[in-house]
Amino acid sequence: MSQVARRRGRTTGFIAGFLVLPLALYLTFVIWPYVQTFGYSFTNWSGQSPTFDFVGLENYSALMDDEVFRGALWHNLLLLVFVPVITILLALFFAFMVNAGGRSGAGGVRGVRGSAFYKIVYFFPQVLSLAILAVLFGAVYRSDEGGLLNGLLSWAGLVDPARPVEWLNDPDLVLWCLLLVVVWHGVGFYLVLFSAAMQSVPRDIYEAALLDGAGRAQTFLRVTLPLLWDSVQTSAVYLGIAAMDMFVLVSTMTSGQFGGGPDHHSEVMATVLMRNFLYFGKSGYACAMGVVMLVLTMILSIVTLRATRRERIEF
Amino acid sequence: MGSTGEGLGRRDLIKRSAALGLISVPTMSFLSACASGGEGTTKGPDKGVVSKENPFGLAKGGKLDVVIFKGGFGDDYAKAWEAAFDKKWGTTSSHLATQEIAAKLQPRFNAGNPPDVLNDSGAQMIKIDVLAKGGQLADLTALLDSPSLDDPTRKVRDTLIPGTVEQGSQGGKFVALNYVYTVFGLWYSGKLFKEKGWTEPKTWDEFLAVCAKAKEAGIGGLAHQGKYPYYINVVIMDLIAKKGGLEAMKAIDNLAPNAFEGNPAALAAVEAVYEVVEKGYLMPGTNGLTHTESQTAWNQYKAAFIPSGSWLENEQLKQTPEDFDMKFLPVPVLADSKLPFTAIRAGANEAFVVPEKAANKAGGLEFLRSMLSREWSTLFAQQANSLTVVKDGVDPGVKLRPGTQSAVAAVKAAGADTFNYLYPDWYSEMDSDIQNASNELMAQRIQPKEWIKRAQAAVDKAAKDPNAKNNHRS
Repeated sequence: MSQVARRRGRTTGFIAGFLVLPLALYLTFVIWPYVQTFGYSFTNWSGQSPTFDFVGLENYSALMDDEVFRGALWHNLLLLVFVPVITILLALFFAFMVNAGGRSGAGGVRGVRGSAFYKIVYFFPQVLSLAILAVLFGAVYRSDEGGLLNGLLSWAGLVDPARPVEWLNDPDLVLWCLLLVVVWHGVGFYLVLFSAAMQSVPRDIYEAALLDGAGRAQTFLRVTLPLLWDSVQTSAVYLGIAAMDMFVLVSTMTSGQFGGGPDHHSEVMATVLMRNFLYFGKSGYACAMGVVMLVLTMILSIVTLRATRRERIEF
Repeated sequence: MGSTGEGLGRRDLIKRSAALGLISVPTMSFLSACASGGEGTTKGPDKGVVSKENPFGLAKGGKLDVVIFKGGFGDDYAKAWEAAFDKKWGTTSSHLATQEIAAKLQPRFNAGNPPDVLNDSGAQMIKIDVLAKGGQLADLTALLDSPSLDDPTRKVRDTLIPGTVEQGSQGGKFVALNYVYTVFGLWYSGKLFKEKGWTEPKTWDEFLAVCAKAKEAGIGGLAHQGKYPYYINVVIMDLIAKKGGLEAMKAIDNLAPNAFEGNPAALAAVEAVYEVVEKGYLMPGTNGLTHTESQTAWNQYKAAFIPSGSWLENEQLKQTPEDFDMKFLPVPVLADSKLPFTAIRAGANEAFVVPEKAANKAGGLEFLRSMLSREWSTLFAQQANSLTVVKDGVDPGVKLRPGTQSAVAAVKAAGADTFNYLYPDWYSEMDSDIQNASNELMAQRIQPKEWIKRAQAAVDKAAKDPNAKNNHRS
């Protein structure tokens, strides 16, 4: 055996040694539960006992008729559109202003005044956990005068203190209220992400654009955005994850067992799943929902990656 | 920069792992909960000698695994119990106090290694009907037939307040000892009423009159825990039971096709509650508040009445002003009611169970038997400001707080006129659907007739539950 081959063999063993444990963990804790879930979705398992019967596709056909689950699916899709779009647009705008929006001073390309400070302020919400956010925004949306929004609005004379706005108890508002929390939480992080990407864009490109007489809007649309496309794409996928989940916020902030209220108007798939799984004792049915969620998210991630594919710009 | 064409670029790697995350993250946390462990093998512990003092044959010096829901009652009482138990039996108790009953116990039930005693309660409890259906609960009939610790000539069964056994039975088997005796109704501040010169209303018209006076005085008439419509359902359901009598209540529990629809008592009750909403007697914003938020507002004299069970006083201990003088009020009656004003919904809750697969089942049963002694019952009343299901189970020397005191008076006044709904324990989904309808009613998004329709639809849906065959009350 040659010296090189022996060394290569040793390297392979070395790498394999590193991979065995993670792979085993991954198979045990990620893949195996999926397989089990798939199996349970064909049973009437109650979730509290090891005994159950095989019921075939009954759970799946019941799912088709389940208005609550269909409503939840619709809400997830709405969030899937609005959460990434709003968050990314706001983050891009702020990132551009912080990094390249300023015009005064020699050299041209810089952020607006105080941009370093803004970056810290914007990033701050990201530090808070979702549980803290739920408490924080619970106080903002509180349905009596003690709520921040209601307090401000009634102080300004826009809301009658005897009839405060019941933000999270209003079927027309509740989903948007939740959306705002997610966006508020996310913008800061993506601002920092986009800022980092913008800073890696060579300055001479901006300076050239500036010399050619490009305005802020033109600079942004023709220079910044195309060069940032990779980061935007990644962000869209990550925000998609947040929009498909939403469990923590909905279950803690809205009414009903595991949230979803009022009257199912803020229901997302995860809350319906959990209610059936833990509260109604219909775990087999809940597992069928889990499988549907898995299939949907898989389709969505493929679509997202395909739809945003573009030619890479080298610089 | 950019990808080099060989291997994965940094951004590609991020993108791909993100795509993988998109698939796995939202589903995984829930699905992994689906994974159940294998069936564990339970090894029987050493057996003690069965005697009158030791009816379950508990072996001395074993282990006892106790899980307590740490909610409004805290867990100090349980620690005191365990210490007393260990001293008597030489056992070593392990104590877990938690609010996450379902999350912590579900894997243990599935794996076949549940605790010996479980206080299954709170918002995240595992539903008793679900546990019983899965054959996970031990039959506690032996406990009922064992001699009482206070008086060995009496059986434990005869020391309990009536209704305890019925309440804890599933499919005809006694599986859950509901330990805390709770009365449900409205609550008010004796101080506020004295100051304003209001008197305790006995009829619904009088109740509305007090609400009107409260509104004039610039405060809300009725506050309720809007985020949890469970509480306003107490008022609605009690009005139905009082107006229509026990038959109306049983019709709902037995899922009668005319439980709500075509039942004049039900419509009258819902219309009565809706009148409070229509006339603007609700405390502003109460529909969206949590239980602590609304109860605290009520403690700050922002509303005259609030519905709740008798745990209210202990729950609000820190927020209640010293001179608040909390008072219990049975739900006032509508005209031509079949039950008197003094009738109350009363029942046992806070379920204590012994799992069928408990390693030390005898220890679990003996623990429950000890709970039903006057000594342990008094210990509980002192630590948790609440009564137990043990008849005269509190030492007369113990001084009670004003709310508990007025609840005790109400229990005495009610005499045999007590009632209790069983559908929330039997049919979780129906309960949840009716709660949703009540939320809509209180927010004025539906009318009483629509509420009746939705409640009946929930009943009809529950009637199709295969479990409905096992549950029937007469």
